Amino acid sequence: MLEEIEDRGGPRQALLDIKGLKKHFPVSGGMLGKKQVVRAVDGVDFGVAKGETLGIVGESGCGKSTTARLLMHLIAPDAGSIVYDGTPIGRDLSLRELRRRMQMVFQDSYASLNPRLTIEDSIAFGPKVHGVPDAKARELARDLLGRVGLKPETFANRYPHELSGGQRQRVNIARALALKPRIVILDEAVSALDKSVEAQVLNLLIDLKRDFGLTYIFISHDLNVVRYVSDRVLVMYLGEVVEIGPVDEMWTNPRHPYTAALLASMPTLDPDRRTTQAPLAGDPPNPIDPPPGCRFHTRCPHAEPVCASTRPSLADAAPNHAVACLMHAANSGHSKAGTMLEAS
Amino acid sequence: MAIATEPLREIAIVEKRRGYWGTVGRRLVRDPVSMICAGILLLIFLSAIFAPWLGLADPFRGSMITRLRPFGTEGHPLGTDELGRDMLSRLIYGGRLSLLIGILPVFNAFVIGTILGVIAGYNGGWANSAIMRTIDVFYAFPSVLLAIAISGALGAGVLNSIVSLTIVFIPPIARVAESVTTSVRNLDFVDAARASGASALTIMRVHVMGNVLGPIFVYATSLISVSMILAAGLSFLGLGTRPPQPEWGLMLNTLRTAIYVDPWLAALPGVMIFAVSIGFNLLSDGLRSAMDIRN
Amino acid sequence: MKPIVSVRDLTVSFHGERAVHAVNGVSLDVMPGEVLGLLGESGSGKSVTLRALMRLLPKKRTRIGGSIEVAGQDVLAMRDDQLSNMRGKVVSMIFQEPALALDPVYTIGEQIAESVVRHEGKSMKEGKERALEMLERVRIPSAKRRLDAYPHEMSGGMRQRAMIALALACKPKILLADEPTTALDATVQIQILLLLRELQAEMDMSVIFVTHDLGVAVEICDRVAVMYAGEVAETGTLAQLVRDPRHPYAQGLLSSTVLGATRGEKLTTIPGAPPSLSTPPQACSFEPRCRFAVASCAAKRPPAVALGERRAARCIHAERTADEKIATLEAETA
Repeated sequence: MLEEIEDRGGPRQALLDIKGLKKHFPVSGGMLGKKQVVRAVDGVDFGVAKGETLGIVGESGCGKSTTARLLMHLIAPDAGSIVYDGTPIGRDLSLRELRRRMQMVFQDSYASLNPRLTIEDSIAFGPKVHGVPDAKARELARDLLGRVGLKPETFANRYPHELSGGQRQRVNIARALALKPRIVILDEAVSALDKSVEAQVLNLLIDLKRDFGLTYIFISHDLNVVRYVSDRVLVMYLGEVVEIGPVDEMWTNPRHPYTAALLASMPTLDPDRRTTQAPLAGDPPNPIDPPPGCRFHTRCPHAEPVCASTRPSLADAAPNHAVACLMHAANSGHSKAGTMLEAS
Repeated sequence: MAIATEPLREIAIVEKRRGYWGTVGRRLVRDPVSMICAGILLLIFLSAIFAPWLGLADPFRGSMITRLRPFGTEGHPLGTDELGRDMLSRLIYGGRLSLLIGILPVFNAFVIGTILGVIAGYNGGWANSAIMRTIDVFYAFPSVLLAIAISGALGAGVLNSIVSLTIVFIPPIARVAESVTTSVRNLDFVDAARASGASALTIMRVHVMGNVLGPIFVYATSLISVSMILAAGLSFLGLGTRPPQPEWGLMLNTLRTAIYVDPWLAALPGVMIFAVSIGFNLLSDGLRSAMDIRN
Repeated sequence: MKPIVSVRDLTVSFHGERAVHAVNGVSLDVMPGEVLGLLGESGSGKSVTLRALMRLLPKKRTRIGGSIEVAGQDVLAMRDDQLSNMRGKVVSMIFQEPALALDPVYTIGEQIAESVVRHEGKSMKEGKERALEMLERVRIPSAKRRLDAYPHEMSGGMRQRAMIALALACKPKILLADEPTTALDATVQIQILLLLRELQAEMDMSVIFVTHDLGVAVEICDRVAVMYAGEVAETGTLAQLVRDPRHPYAQGLLSSTVLGATRGEKLTTIPGAPPSLSTPPQACSFEPRCRFAVASCAAKRPPAVALGERRAARCIHAERTADEKIATLEAETA
């Protein structure tokens, strides 16, 4: 059997520490066109504490899914360091070992299961790769099926196309847990599910987190879901982190204008208090050619000339709460610089 | 832990669980066109294999007196050829060589082309460029011309035509294998397998092969008819089988002179080639739709 | 006032390798100038109902029953030429994926102008003028330049605006919207919803808006029909449905939403999954998942219980509110 992964640095040490993560994808501009790049992830720093759920939100093209794949090294980062529980990836921690400690659940429940393998084979594959004998791996797979709420005797020998979306996503969760990881990255894992099924899977995820002592990175475009599951939230915009902080504080007092706009864009559930004014105009800009300075300045209601030239860096606005906005940086040249700090 | 289990949606068929290929087989069996084709092909195959035990006339013994007899002649139900040899017997014996040089090259190319295509498709990058560009060189020639050129260079003979046809069919199969592999490779389950720490070889074996072999196999089946026709063409040009060996393409060639005397007789080998290629084509169509189980 | 869309006992079934009874007896009324939301999960029959209104379903495999009347005309009896006259002029439709609904080889301006020329017999020049007017109306910045843009040159939100402009170019009386904001980002979705609300009021259109998202429905609809397994489980005004849902499915849908749920507390869920619909329903289709079900629920289809003007729920318990039902249930188990 796979041995449990022991904790090294104690509860105070971050489970993951990411610095300067960067990935630019080349896009060919035709035979004669100049070489362009999509700045999918452009210098991202954050930490993940042991046992927490870190939500990552942002609109399409903001780089949240790329960040997930970079963490798993499914795509190779151009730059940046990932330190796992005090150990940098490299000599002391191989990729293979990192991947045992960190697993991922994808959005498309059908595409993420091999259609030619039975459910049991799919779950048992990972442990077998890590040297667990076939019979043991199958036993583990059946046990996990039970843990995710699928009767092993009914489901073990079925094929993915015979299951509903919710059931398949449960299988994907079981597969991710088969290597006994400490971190599970949930990349839009409930987004494709119907609301009533989504609630079932969310309940399951919360139970599993407690039972297995997991840490989640929960990526979603649905702010309501993120609020429900996360302890801290990280907001991305065009490949950069604009704000990171505790979820309740973020919801009651968003520091970055983009976070505020994102929250205000959520439909209300009150027929008498419909949204009357769209918080932002226009679409997110193209990440091939992001605006200079603060990337949000083209849509920001508080933008000033300085925002177009100075790139704000992520700095603490409150304990455990960082924001990248010139309004929150003292002496930045923005007319509201510093005032927001006092206000909050 | 109280987790609400979704009851599995009712599946009306109450029967033993079968695997993917079991389901495909059942669907194929239910398709009448495929089954008729399979029946005809099986008949042709079995008769070719068991030809010596069928009590047929000697396919090599001719007689100058009984040349080009029409259908229904006593002792020669399908008449005789230009040297007075029994047509029925030659057609059945001819199947042995014709089917061999029709199917064996495709099988060889299926094995080699799949390996090349899967390696190119899974790895991408320079491995892909190296393999696929080399293959493109062969692709640049029309297949008939390529087969003739290679056969001509290697010299006439059954073995050489098999080799030349194999070379002709590797590029198209490798191409299909590469494109299918590329699309499978981009699916999340391959990423999930990579994320579990499996090696490229394991992933190719467990996750890629199972998903690409089907489509490649279907494509290869459809090439058998082309192969039959090319092989017949090579024999027709004198680059394949040598007389007096019975082989459909060669027979078509030698009977050509009789076309004004008895056109029906002259067409018989062509009918056999036609029947086998159509049979394989329709069967591969049936297989394709049977394999598409995603409701 | 007479309803502009009137659907009675609509049934739609598909007959391919396997039969699917997608819509099973749907009746709907939409008044002029009203926005009706069809709310339901995937497979509830909401999109099929919408497509049936324009007869956009594959002819060969589909069987349609019941009656559909749009602007006083019997849609199911229409000939093909009458249908194409109606589409775009009387009834227009917008889709989830504008990239698929717009023709990639023509510019936005050409597509709008072409529609105006075809339906109103105007000249191409007038058509182009209308196109510009429409692009300005849907607030596409620098509309004049965008007239000559191809769909792929626009961003997702702009494309959706362009599709709305195309759909409304001939001033239809009814707009059918099939999840038009689902594929959009949150900040863009709200812009499009507000735009639709504004255009609807300005042009006094009736809108049928299909969505799976309760929040979206709240932002745009006057009335809502909650669909389940090809039936209308409950209809009423938006406020009635949000505040006092009567059908157990509608109640479950509202309570299983994560909005307002407290972290760490379990979400209330509807157990199980929807039925397969391979046969038409003989009983209440929600019965297997319903906590209030009694023996008669599994025996026959419940009637649509009227609960006041234009408000009904297909449940034998419809007259009691959610709290009352739970109280009775708890009293029984105690």
